[in-house]
Amino acid sequence: MSNNIKETDILIIGAGPCGLFTVFEAGLLKLRCHLVDSLPQAGGQLTEIYPKKPIYDIPGYPSVLAQELVDNLMEQIEPFGPEFTLGERAEEIEKLEDGSFVLTTSRGSKIKAPVIAIAGGLGCFEPRKPPIGNIKDFEDKGVEYIIRDPEFYRNKRVVISGGGDSALDWTIFLAEVAEEVTLVHRRQGFRGALDSVEKVMELNEQGKIKLITDAQVVGLGGSDQLEHVQIKHKTEGEFKKETDHFIPLFGLSPKLGPIAEWGLNITKNAIEVDTFDYRTNVPGIYAIGDINTYPGKLKLILCGFHEATLMVQSAFKTIYPDKKLSFKYTTVTGIEGLEKTAE
Amino acid sequence: MIKITIIDRNDKEHQVDAPTDMNMSLMELCKAYELPVEGTCGGMALCSTCHVYIQSAHELAEMGEDEEDMLDQAFFVEDNSRLGCQIRLKDELDGLIVKLAPQAE
Repeated sequence: MSNNIKETDILIIGAGPCGLFTVFEAGLLKLRCHLVDSLPQAGGQLTEIYPKKPIYDIPGYPSVLAQELVDNLMEQIEPFGPEFTLGERAEEIEKLEDGSFVLTTSRGSKIKAPVIAIAGGLGCFEPRKPPIGNIKDFEDKGVEYIIRDPEFYRNKRVVISGGGDSALDWTIFLAEVAEEVTLVHRRQGFRGALDSVEKVMELNEQGKIKLITDAQVVGLGGSDQLEHVQIKHKTEGEFKKETDHFIPLFGLSPKLGPIAEWGLNITKNAIEVDTFDYRTNVPGIYAIGDINTYPGKLKLILCGFHEATLMVQSAFKTIYPDKKLSFKYTTVTGIEGLEKTAE
Repeated sequence: MIKITIIDRNDKEHQVDAPTDMNMSLMELCKAYELPVEGTCGGMALCSTCHVYIQSAHELAEMGEDEEDMLDQAFFVEDNSRLGCQIRLKDELDGLIVKLAPQAE
């Protein structure tokens, strides 16, 4: 094995609550974990979608904010020194002769482990694409869903669509960079920070951007590169607007993604498992939390915690077939952390 | 118990019985009858996968800010658009007719 492959005992795909708690249960059995997540931070949908929403069904917590639960989980697993590869999507897995797996991420990182636990929740978060028939034809030819480098838009004409924070923030930012910025939004009100809304209104009054409300982008045109967008106004009908770029910013939505190609049995976007230990049809790969399905499945964080706990017991037997596992209560023995791995 | 008509994406009508004593939402009702509504976020007005069009003249509770905000991220939004998860099933909604909005991808 080359040096740039990291090794671990359980490779966890998805750093949401269920993946995080797996580290704790694995740690009690002295198993090390490495988590991979496409989002740049741990917490999954709790951090990405609803950090400030209270959760009421975690045993022992009458109410806990989603972000608070994630912070607590991070503290709880800290003694076990989990490794994280964040902002990288789990792309491909390869099964080696010794039965272990090597995962390759979207940025080429490689992690080797005898057991994979898929705790992928709803899947990977990807930009929502507006339902415009030919939008795919113009992807990277004038249509971008994510702004990677604002300089790319210097002295270009840009149409942004959306009403949330990212649409507002980028409109404000690009007003200084691009030749012309047009923001198209389906209604007159905006959600998003009040400051940003006011700033956008101000820029519009100063003529530094063009704000078109009560309207949606419904069509795209151009011979090879994007040349214009078709805008439909609620009362004034459709008109054409010439532009070099169209940036739809409608937030993120989860997609199952590459996991669907790993030879696992999948029904309705969820991975079928055996409730004995949450194993999938591929030996060595388990699926826990919202991403799995079985008769009677409930998509609850607390059920995911239970699944993680049982799964880890089985994973131990897979990794150490000859060792006898003796289950310990933490109330008797306390928590014994793991030594830090040498880099 | 009330009757609600749900028109699916193939224009098929489903008339279903809906309990009003369980604090259920229209999204949960659709899922209970295995109609193709994802309800990805679990009913927090955070995903718009339960987007429906109200086709009868019933008066619904006014739209909250969360719902209005989320519809900004939805597609195919019309004046009669609502999120199913924000509609609580109550006796006044007997005879309600809704149509499921198209799925984006």
